Amino acid sequence: MFFNVSLTIALIICVAGIIQRVLRWHQAELGSGPEMALGERIAASADGFFRGFFSHRMGAILGALVMDVLLQRRIYQVDKRRWLAHMLIDWGFTLLLVMHALDKFITLPLFPDYAATANPFLFLRNLFGLMVMVGVCLAMYRRFFEPKIKLTTTRMDVYAIALMVVIMLSGFILEGMKFISESKFDEMIEMYYDGDDEELPGVKKIWAEKYGVVFAEAIGEVDEEVMEAGLEQHETACLPCHAAPQSAFISQFFADLFRPAAIGISEDRTYDLFWYIHWLACFIALAYLPFSKMFHLITSPLVMMIRAGTEQDGVTEAVKPTKQALEMEACTHCGTCTEHCSVGQYYARHPNLTILPSEKLAAAKELALQGGLYTSQLKTLQEGAAICTRCYRCTTLCPVGIDLQEMWASLDKGLAGEGFPALTESIARAADAAAEESRAAEAIIPGGNGKSGLGLSTETSSFAHCYSCQTCTNSCPVVASFDDPKAELDLLPHQIMQLLGLGHQTEPQGSGMVWNCLTCYHCQEACPQGVKVADVLYELRNMSARAAGMSGGES
Amino acid sequence: MKYALFLGCKIPYYVPYYEKATRVMAARAGIELVDIEFNCCGYPMKHLDLVSALASAARNLALAEQEGLNLMTPCKCCFGSFKAAIHHLESSPELRSAVAAELAKEGLYYKGEAQVDHLSTALDKLYPGGKLQEAALKPFYNLEVAVLHGCHAMRPSSVTGFDDPLNPTLYKRLLGGIGVKVTDWPGQLECCGGPLMDKNPELSARFADQRLAEAETSGAAFMMVGCTYTQMQMTAALERQPEANLGGSIVLPQLFGLAIGCAPLELGLSDEPGDNNGVDLKRLLKFMEKPPEPVKKKKPKAKAKKKAAA
Repeated sequence: MFFNVSLTIALIICVAGIIQRVLRWHQAELGSGPEMALGERIAASADGFFRGFFSHRMGAILGALVMDVLLQRRIYQVDKRRWLAHMLIDWGFTLLLVMHALDKFITLPLFPDYAATANPFLFLRNLFGLMVMVGVCLAMYRRFFEPKIKLTTTRMDVYAIALMVVIMLSGFILEGMKFISESKFDEMIEMYYDGDDEELPGVKKIWAEKYGVVFAEAIGEVDEEVMEAGLEQHETACLPCHAAPQSAFISQFFADLFRPAAIGISEDRTYDLFWYIHWLACFIALAYLPFSKMFHLITSPLVMMIRAGTEQDGVTEAVKPTKQALEMEACTHCGTCTEHCSVGQYYARHPNLTILPSEKLAAAKELALQGGLYTSQLKTLQEGAAICTRCYRCTTLCPVGIDLQEMWASLDKGLAGEGFPALTESIARAADAAAEESRAAEAIIPGGNGKSGLGLSTETSSFAHCYSCQTCTNSCPVVASFDDPKAELDLLPHQIMQLLGLGHQTEPQGSGMVWNCLTCYHCQEACPQGVKVADVLYELRNMSARAAGMSGGES
Repeated sequence: MKYALFLGCKIPYYVPYYEKATRVMAARAGIELVDIEFNCCGYPMKHLDLVSALASAARNLALAEQEGLNLMTPCKCCFGSFKAAIHHLESSPELRSAVAAELAKEGLYYKGEAQVDHLSTALDKLYPGGKLQEAALKPFYNLEVAVLHGCHAMRPSSVTGFDDPLNPTLYKRLLGGIGVKVTDWPGQLECCGGPLMDKNPELSARFADQRLAEAETSGAAFMMVGCTYTQMQMTAALERQPEANLGGSIVLPQLFGLAIGCAPLELGLSDEPGDNNGVDLKRLLKFMEKPPEPVKKKKPKAKAKKKAAA
């Protein structure tokens, strides 16, 4: 009763969660997509699905189902050890689900003489459990000990691992305790034994010796006749359904472990507690499924098949926001992108987690699917997003096949929509405001925001040799590209050099010249006095970035 | 010759044929390329934080050092970034210690041994003197290309040491050896606009368009580029001006690869629409056909005239 009620509740939560997720995919938007009603978007998805699936790409989609979903080729390509771990967990769990949890519906119809405690089922259940445990141990090692992955570990990851460990361990302990408990033995005798009470000691003796049941009262010597009768009873009543527990090699380990406490366990029926823990953990996992990273067992295959189906032609603009929402939820937070990110090394100096693609995606997911971000979080995300160089490596490697390259482009649009355009634009604006302020003070205060990098701009000696020949300005292609460069750029390169020579650093940082510098180095190459004009302009941008709150960066 | 190949961030997605052509050409030329998982060269980060940029460059150099290799990159911005990093680290003890501290977080150390070559300087080293003519199995005839030399390799010349900053000779030497004439044109030392690609797309495009217009009037049949960003800029400009009288923008290893005997397709050159970088392959291959030699016919005539005069 309690079992059925909680199972039903778990199932209802699970189904409702899935529906809620699917609806959310069709409402979410990252970046500017076309304005569409929920119904239209669902229709577009359905249309895209049918057109995509029943097309010349069907072979590719089915190929992805076999190679990427069932055999997990994409993980294999990234990391063979992780592939092993994932295959062990995935297949171990699936087989346990099919053979053990759904035994009444699947195993029994397939094998009419199925009994949970008969071989090969007794053995296989332990084997599959072992597969999951080995996989989980490998996953735990990676999650908690590998530096970059450890950095990205969230509660979600821990919950997923913890749930799996609880389900597996409680199952093994439950089985092990049942092996040794007299009360469980008595229960079985009640149900299946129809011999004489005098013959019972024979059965007990066999179960004590061969099956490891611990009896409170010593059985003592049993005479041969009783023993023979007991054996006969055992063979008819017990043996058909009961293989020796040694084949359940992990549960047997726990049985041996708990043997000293067997009498207490039997009296308290401690195994019942583990029975509750075992299936409650299963039901919690079931209810939690759509809200956890485990949901990837539904979303990831979808994404992989969509990628196979749309690799050549892409998806329509109408479907794109939905596809991206699905992709965000399909992210397993495995950290592959982060491990291989071309700019991940910047995290060490700029402790902004959203530099790392896995965390950037998580933040994008919050922005698009989970009710948005605070201004401070948006600012952090803007910086993280700006550092990405679009090297495509994450997209190539993502084991789920998420089109991250496309995602980052949408994220930029989304951030701009929230008032956070390209990072340099924001920094330039802040620098301009600071220059404005220093001008409004009617006295340009010498000095700026401290030494940075080469320390050229803050040293007036850097400009001591400048004799204002304006060669830098005359060689500048940006200056030359405007009819009225002063109006467009505020200050020209030679003016910036002069201001810096006088000790003014705030003023030039606000000029358009600094932010439209091509870094072509014509000025620096041409300067007859060896002033490092282009390097100085780089430095001014660095100073502005720091003043605008760029993370880290202290030298 | 053996290098660690440094592709940089933009090639794999934006200019994949550049990678393809580089690998095929290098294999044909006998340059062994080793793949190491590098990170960004540091160039984009230089705008925000110099130390981070230098640390990023030094990290790559340290990784190459571990394998006992030098770096070779087909990208001039990456090349310039490495050269600048090496220069700064050699000349500033302060920056050197700041960078060393960054690398130490990962247990890495940059000794200062790994050197950097651009694809073109590597080829220049591989084929000194007359070696190039021997290697050029299929030279070009009467092909003129407009080379855009690339800011970050050229300047500051004291740091990059790539070529003469005012009168570049590297490509004249290199392409001359495979029968290609490098034209002199007004924009050859100028900027493609690449660095402002994201920051000021309009101004950035203006520079690329200007380069294209200048190259067009130079009399060259093609543009030739040895930089990822420049190629992105020029292909975009060519898309904006499809009527431009140029056969497209071709990357160095494609042109060079053809001359040393690689097949067009394996260099990422084909006539399939959508499968090429806008290079008019037929037009290009015409320059590989040996023209009929009119010289012999002229000589007797001259002699005859001389005789007649006598």
